[in-house]
Amino acid sequence: MSLPETLVQRLNGAAEAGPAWLAEQRRAGAARFEEVGFPTRRLEEWKYTDMSKLSAADFGVADSAEFDEALYDELKLDIDAWRLVFVDGIFSPRLSDLESLPEGVTMAPLSQALSDDQQAVREQLGRLTGIEFSAFSALNTALTGEGALLRIGRGRALDKPLYLLFVSRRGDTPVMSHPRILVDCEQESEATVIEHYVGQQGAANLTNALTEIRMAKASRLSHYKLQEASQSEYHVASIQIDQGRDSHFTSHNLNLGGAVVRNDLMTDLNDENATADFLGLFFGQERQHIDNHTKVNHNAPRTYSNENYKGILDGRARGVFNGRVYIKRDAQQVLGYQNNANLLLSDRAEIDTKPELEIYADDVQCSHGTTTGQLDENAIFALRARGIDEQMARGLLTLAFATEVMQRIRHTAVTDRVERTVAGKLPERFNLESLVEESR
Amino acid sequence: MATEAMEQLAQREYKQGFVTDIESDTVPPGLDESVIAFISHKKGEPQWMLDWRLEAYHQWLKMTSPSWAHLDYPPIDYQAISYYSAPKKPEDRPQSLDEVDPKLLETYEKLGIPLHERAALAGVAVDAVFDSVSVTTTFKEKLFDAGVIFCSISEAIRDYPELVQQYLGSVVPRGDNFFAALNSAVFTDGSFVYVPEGVTCPMELSTYFRINAANTGQFERTLIVCDKRSQVSYLEGCTAPQRDENQLHAAVVELVALEDAYIKYSTVQNWYPGDEEGRGGIYNFVTKRGDCRGDRSRISWTQVETGSAITWKYPSCLLRGTESKGEFYSVAVTNGRQQADTGTKMIHIGKDTSSTIVSKGIAAGRSNQSYRGLVKVSPRATGSRNFTQCDSLLIGDQCGAHTFPYQEIGNSRSTIEHEATTSKIGDDQLFYCQSRGISEEDAVSMIVNGFCKDVFQELPMEFAVEAEALLSVTLEGSVG
Repeated sequence: MSLPETLVQRLNGAAEAGPAWLAEQRRAGAARFEEVGFPTRRLEEWKYTDMSKLSAADFGVADSAEFDEALYDELKLDIDAWRLVFVDGIFSPRLSDLESLPEGVTMAPLSQALSDDQQAVREQLGRLTGIEFSAFSALNTALTGEGALLRIGRGRALDKPLYLLFVSRRGDTPVMSHPRILVDCEQESEATVIEHYVGQQGAANLTNALTEIRMAKASRLSHYKLQEASQSEYHVASIQIDQGRDSHFTSHNLNLGGAVVRNDLMTDLNDENATADFLGLFFGQERQHIDNHTKVNHNAPRTYSNENYKGILDGRARGVFNGRVYIKRDAQQVLGYQNNANLLLSDRAEIDTKPELEIYADDVQCSHGTTTGQLDENAIFALRARGIDEQMARGLLTLAFATEVMQRIRHTAVTDRVERTVAGKLPERFNLESLVEESR
Repeated sequence: MATEAMEQLAQREYKQGFVTDIESDTVPPGLDESVIAFISHKKGEPQWMLDWRLEAYHQWLKMTSPSWAHLDYPPIDYQAISYYSAPKKPEDRPQSLDEVDPKLLETYEKLGIPLHERAALAGVAVDAVFDSVSVTTTFKEKLFDAGVIFCSISEAIRDYPELVQQYLGSVVPRGDNFFAALNSAVFTDGSFVYVPEGVTCPMELSTYFRINAANTGQFERTLIVCDKRSQVSYLEGCTAPQRDENQLHAAVVELVALEDAYIKYSTVQNWYPGDEEGRGGIYNFVTKRGDCRGDRSRISWTQVETGSAITWKYPSCLLRGTESKGEFYSVAVTNGRQQADTGTKMIHIGKDTSSTIVSKGIAAGRSNQSYRGLVKVSPRATGSRNFTQCDSLLIGDQCGAHTFPYQEIGNSRSTIEHEATTSKIGDDQLFYCQSRGISEEDAVSMIVNGFCKDVFQELPMEFAVEAEALLSVTLEGSVG
């Protein structure tokens, strides 16, 4: 399939920017992308999500980070955090806040890191996610230039989150951005990173983010990805983690927006006692399409993973879940659990789920479960018998369905946002907004 | 310790390996239109059948062998296979057991399934397929009285062309997949069953497939049609002589259940799995599909898969009728270097349809085993229900067990559940048994049989006994 002329030009010009080592990676990424193009459903990995329409779209690139202050206040999370803000992929120093960032902690926009500390970027960029991973990783490599470099120094425990906000504007022409986020958790460090993608209503852009996280011995990281793109945006993200001994990674993958969304989340548990917790929630309505692919590689003995993804689908929304647990030969005494539960609220909603196990060691305990169903009529009856009207009963039970994932969220600003969005998205049918307010 | 005993057991020779020396009427290896014409002519088929085969052949030429399964095998040279072999003098077929070649009877004796005894004692009609031609059919008269047609597919093409034309390829179309297309072009024999309206088949029907004669692929075609309110239970069992070259087996089984009909299809598969290095085993690429065409119809697949070097098999149900029901119960055991990629597809199309999947996989030695399944609920199939359970048991640290369940759910008034676990035989379980005086081997056997109980209880009685024995034989050396 042929690519838009402007995209081909951009790919050809990509190698000119940045230092030589980066130019080389870009050139390889561009070549790779031109070879494979946007994925079609003929690829097993993209069986349920068609990205070939992107070939017909013609995305521009933003040239400023101007943004309406009032709208910005509305979209950003109200949270005490160190903050980097990007508007359509362009860094906005004005909206960012790095005041009193402790010593031993780096938080810098990628563009700045490339000029200040090129070596740190070079060490990590492309180390985990190469251009072969997917067409989008190749595209990101070819065209990225912005993003963030985060480093949490040895033994540092941060009391505030590192907050990365990516805002997408409504404009005359849709634009694309390819943020690259590099996170380095040094030994015994402890931190929370929040990646927040939010779109102005009516924005029709393409966001193609790529995050690479390196976790050294005994480091801990809580990673939040809150995705609230507009209902007409394409959002593609891949997050790859490399975990060392005794490290603990927790992912909160919260997807509320987007027209077509694809997340790839992968971790490699490379040494003993590394643990990964994957928590996910996706809520789709109208014609939203949300695809989550996760992969946990148990490459070492005595590594542990626990995954729980909840999907709520209404309207004509379509959800996709593909979770894979892989246990390498001789990676004994591994525990791997995986659960995916889906709630369909409409007869026209669809879920395609595929929990996979690939196991090459015998002394392991692994299980996965998946359920798809609707609200329990008996539970609704029980609530109604206690004087709660049907709409509210349904709303309550829908929220309750998400509780397992919600209660693990440690930041009320995030919890609020998810609750309000889920509740606010169902006003006519559920009237949950007031319910949420009342329960406070 | 446990592992040593297991390893010893795993190294036992294939008990049922032997080659019966019967001369075969075989065409030279290779496949082209003339070979298909030869097969068709040899079978005395009408022109429409030859045309049907050739159409399938032309479709097959345009297809490529599927590569998505979790299997590793060298490419198959389809021109190196001979596509027809039959025991000599097909005109002089024996009319009763007395006339059967004593060598064949001896073969069955070796298997521990004496045909006459089984047939007489169990009341089972046996349509024995020996190298692609039905050698003998028993109990035909009794079935004829009930109105049940049970014969080889070749006879059916000759004697009941309108039934065959109506149903053949209606569940598995010629171009369904690579192996089904190949089968459609070159199938040489198989069984045909038609149970008329309102009839419950008076006995369990059974065919023993056998593979013999070096270098012949076996391409069976089975078609079972149950008319309204009828019932049949069909048993398929296979063993193969030990031999040194890979044999390709690409069968197609089609089941059609009309309103209120019930088909129960049970398989015990014990083909030669290859030697310790995986040499010489059977390649088993099978397309099995049942069509619950009528309302309230029911199709149940039960399989015990212990043999073959490669198994590629997904017995499926199309649930088209309202309130129709599909079931899949499977035990797959792999040892040595065996590879199995098996599972089922349940396609819910009609309203209030239900399906149950219970799959038990046991992997030992250096084998690899995958469950691959699809549960698809169409938007119109409201009120549908599926329950899936697939458990894997790993024996030894060199094997692999994998699960790839696909679920595509298109409406909100259906309930779908899937559970899967992977574990090994616990040391505490073994200890518990051994402390009560049960030998390790027996303990393992007990635990494995318990693990498979949900499936075994779905098998007809005679098969259940054989299945347990087979399981022990297959796992001998790895567990007991």
